[in-house]
Amino acid sequence: MLRYLLSRILQCLATLWVIATVTFFLSKLIPGGPYDPDKPPPKEVRDKIDAYYHLDRPVVVQYVHCMGRMARLDLGPSYRFLDQPVQRLILRHFPPSAVLGLLALAIALALGVPLGVYAALRQNRLGDWGTLALAIVGVSVPNFVLGTVLLYVFVYRLGWFEIGVVEGPRLTTLLLPAVTLGGFSLAFVTRMTRASMIEVLRQDYVRTARAKGVSRRRVVWLHTFRNAMLPILTYLGPLAAALLTGSFVVEHIFHIPGLGEFFVQSLNDDPPAILGVALFYSALLILFNLAVDLLYGLADPRIAIGAQPKEK
Amino acid sequence: MEARGKERVINPKSKIQNPKSRSVVWRQFRRNRGALIGMILLCAIGGAALAGPFAWPFDYWRGDLRQQFLAPGAMHWLGTDEFGRDQLARVLYGLRVSLLVGLVAAAINVLIGSLYGGVSGYFGGRTDDLMMRVVEVFYGIPMLLVVMLLMTVLGRGLLNVFVAIGLVYWLGMARIVRGQVLSLKERDYVEAARALGASSGRIIVRHLLPNTLGVVIIAGTLRIPEAIFIEAFLSFVGLGIAEPRASLGSLVAGSLGNLEMQPWLLLGPSVAISSLMLAFNFVGDGLRDAFDPQMRT
Repeated sequence: MLRYLLSRILQCLATLWVIATVTFFLSKLIPGGPYDPDKPPPKEVRDKIDAYYHLDRPVVVQYVHCMGRMARLDLGPSYRFLDQPVQRLILRHFPPSAVLGLLALAIALALGVPLGVYAALRQNRLGDWGTLALAIVGVSVPNFVLGTVLLYVFVYRLGWFEIGVVEGPRLTTLLLPAVTLGGFSLAFVTRMTRASMIEVLRQDYVRTARAKGVSRRRVVWLHTFRNAMLPILTYLGPLAAALLTGSFVVEHIFHIPGLGEFFVQSLNDDPPAILGVALFYSALLILFNLAVDLLYGLADPRIAIGAQPKEK
Repeated sequence: MEARGKERVINPKSKIQNPKSRSVVWRQFRRNRGALIGMILLCAIGGAALAGPFAWPFDYWRGDLRQQFLAPGAMHWLGTDEFGRDQLARVLYGLRVSLLVGLVAAAINVLIGSLYGGVSGYFGGRTDDLMMRVVEVFYGIPMLLVVMLLMTVLGRGLLNVFVAIGLVYWLGMARIVRGQVLSLKERDYVEAARALGASSGRIIVRHLLPNTLGVVIIAGTLRIPEAIFIEAFLSFVGLGIAEPRASLGSLVAGSLGNLEMQPWLLLGPSVAISSLMLAFNFVGDGLRDAFDPQMRT
């Protein structure tokens, strides 16, 4: 177990290092620097700025310096917001994204799981077909379409919600973005839950339990549901990735000053911010996946984490 | 196709050895109503995208500033945008872009993934360990971030979208092909080819990869809608296709700015991209079911 954990952590660190390296060199290729090349400041000022950002040294030296700094969790100063270290900018923009992401995840799981179970229990009947149809439409409509349509209908036409309200997150301003963000995941979870439930319901032990006279409700919730939920855990990883992707779109549509929008805006002229946010996102996802893997091992005693596969 | 013919000669038993022959798969695919609907929908969309620009009298790039923001009517079925360009013509063009990106990017994914997975699986041992370790490390990377960065570096444009998506999303394909090759390379015909003096490269490309075709086609088909979605997403956030070219993503983004006054601009691109994704999802599900009923969802 400990060995497995150690090797996983090493692997995560390797992934992070690859991301940092790729992002570093890619961001070096992005034109633009800390000052406008069309209206460069006087030479002395320029030299000072270059020295401040270490731009006066060879790229390799910059790279080593940058990696060393990141190891100390210092992401360096931003180009766009002089004097602001990137980590502070990230921490400022992250809370709205986090709240939104968690809300979307909650919607996806709280609605998707019951819907999936419902569909599975009425397999091939009207309720099942309806749910399935909704789910396949749900995974087909891209989030930017869903968001724009919701914006038009509920904000512009019906006027039920407002957008771009700055003072504090309120449920009314967060509901539409959260639904947009969670829509795909909701449909996805519904389909997965249904498939998983149906598979477990077919198992012999479920039939045995029924034959023994265990009530249907007890069989469904105690014998089937718990086992059917196991595969769902593995989908939490891709789900988190989908939420992250969606944040770029949703925050743009609904004018939410979150990290996704910050990243998109940084792409043009702020390499340190790009590097920082990319690393932050990656670390987040990697940690999440690691947690899911460990959780899976805890939830399913049949899986011995870290056990060596038997040699044939 | 030529390669498949060769394979039959070398391995006449392949039909028996395969758990399911192609005709069985096709029969099951046809029986699946969703897949059939998806197929028909896909053909209709593809036909519209191919024939549309010839049949429809307006060009996607030609604007008439006197005809800005016309509501849908007999002339312009989906209205016109802020430059007086016909929205239907732009949607049809966007569909072409989507389909092209889906096919080309998925093909690049398949190519890179097959070669990587093929080499890794064929050589096995330490090479395989190393190559798969690299894949594992890459797997943790949120690929969309890399694609966005690549697009920023390369600049907007259709060709760059191909490159960015094609170069990035091949890891899954590599894993699948490797798994297939691992089992295929133990077959007698590989031994025979080697005994006849065929080089490793030849065995991988001519004997092993053609036999993974079935699995690769399914996985490749599933890659198409994903590539289409990524292109539309990139164009939506302003990193994909550049003006005056149209992409379904950039068309939705364009309608976002005029949503209050000209909501009809949203209709065309939204319906187009959604039905395209729907069609591919139906077909993908059908393919998966036909090949592997265990996974039916």
